[in-house]
Amino acid sequence: MEWLMWFTRFENSKPLALLIFFFAFCAILFYVYGSRKRGERLESYKHMPFQDD
Amino acid sequence: MASVAIGSGEQYNYDVVRKFTIMALIWGAVGMLVGVFIASELAWPFLNFDIPYITFGRLRPVHTGAVIFGFGGSALFATSYYVVQRTCQTRLLSDGMASFTFWGWQAIIVLAALGDVMGYTQGREYAEMEWPIDLLIAVVWVAYAIVYIGTVMKRKEPHIYVANWFYLGFILATALLHIFNNLAIPVSLTQSYPLFAGAQDAMTQWWYGHNAVGFFLTAAFLGMMYYFVPKQAGRPIYSYRLSIVHFWALIFMYMWAGSHHLHWTAIPDWTSTLAATFSIMLLMPSWGGMINGIMTMSGAWDKLRTDPILRFMIVALSFYGMSTFEGPMMSLKDVNALSHYTDWTIGHVHSGALGWVAMITFGSLYHLLPKLWDTKMYSVKLINAHFWLATIGTLLYITAMWISGIMQGLMWRAYDDFGNLQYSFAESVAAMHPYYAMRALGGLVFLAGMVLMLFNCYMTIRQAKRVPAGGLAASAA
Repeated sequence: MEWLMWFTRFENSKPLALLIFFFAFCAILFYVYGSRKRGERLESYKHMPFQDD
Repeated sequence: MASVAIGSGEQYNYDVVRKFTIMALIWGAVGMLVGVFIASELAWPFLNFDIPYITFGRLRPVHTGAVIFGFGGSALFATSYYVVQRTCQTRLLSDGMASFTFWGWQAIIVLAALGDVMGYTQGREYAEMEWPIDLLIAVVWVAYAIVYIGTVMKRKEPHIYVANWFYLGFILATALLHIFNNLAIPVSLTQSYPLFAGAQDAMTQWWYGHNAVGFFLTAAFLGMMYYFVPKQAGRPIYSYRLSIVHFWALIFMYMWAGSHHLHWTAIPDWTSTLAATFSIMLLMPSWGGMINGIMTMSGAWDKLRTDPILRFMIVALSFYGMSTFEGPMMSLKDVNALSHYTDWTIGHVHSGALGWVAMITFGSLYHLLPKLWDTKMYSVKLINAHFWLATIGTLLYITAMWISGIMQGLMWRAYDDFGNLQYSFAESVAAMHPYYAMRALGGLVFLAGMVLMLFNCYMTIRQAKRVPAGGLAASAA
């Protein structure tokens, strides 16, 4: 369990958190804008509020 | 996407939506009336009449509770129940539980107001209610989460529309905030002591306070915006992909910004810097969302000339943009050194509360009401009059508080040639008087608009009971 102590030190946990959040944000951006086909599918959902008109 | 035929309103539970809509209007008028009264007390203190129950200290939480939780909360319940049913094309999970959330929520608002007037408070901003009411809030909120999430889970659409993501974020975050902010040891039915102490308690309070703004007053109303702006404009949202990035960036960043309410206090300096940094970064998702909403009008700006409901929504988005620029600016430590503890903060809050929250709610409810009662609005002219009263009232209010706040900050920090404070505190209070009167006038103008809306909605509902929409259309033709 000694290795868990590594996470308790701010000089370790802060850059680690920064990396995790940065790559998570990059992954979201890639998911949203990375593929034309997926982009078209996502944009098609914008019409959902009008389906019941 | 799956296509499901939509029948009459009975396919959905509109009963609970109607009830919450009516109570949102009533709490709006009550809360704003109390707001005008306490603003007048500050300008003309004789209005206290030496009656402890109506002093500023007791009525202020009545005002904030009625407008945030009564007006805003009821509007969010109404619109979220409406939007989740329409976009998931399914009825609410449970009519009984939905009804329980209505009666439970109204009981909470009344009990909280009575507690405030009687002087029972745990002294936590926007969370003054003592522990028995806090427990009731937790129960009602869990029921709300079950109804909402359960409805999403039994949806007939494969995709969850982005407005529901914002509502879901609001429901989950509010539960988390409410529980941790109200951890306390009860000593009697009307008194408790918080679990945290000192700087930790202050940080917990402002983690709650700021995220009440972030999730209750922003994320949830963005959910409202993502459904009602496209519906009223008759055009889909400008960019669905941008709305996804907006959602994730906004909910991630808001959680870290609370400590900017505690600059220059006993909290660790790094928490203050962290909060300021995240506040500045928040400008990007906030403006991304604002641009997404406003650009929805691209190619249809002419509608603003004739549609006061759409005007409410676009002005709301403009105020959202302005207040989310002002907020990050005020979170900078050097700006905060001038602005903190002054009326500038009050002006900033009302730029968001009146300009953004109330106006997007007015627009959404004007859109919603005729659909719920299957009729047309009684008077479009009155909606137009309401729009101008609301806009002028908001501008009067925030301008008064900007001048008053910056003047306060400058007077408090002014030194004479000998290094003594140039002004006494009493002198700064006296200098505020004209601006306090101007603020009360701004509030009164805004309240007048709210009363017009109440009348217009009452007449709309009354005419709906007499004449069905088809009859109205025929008579208009």
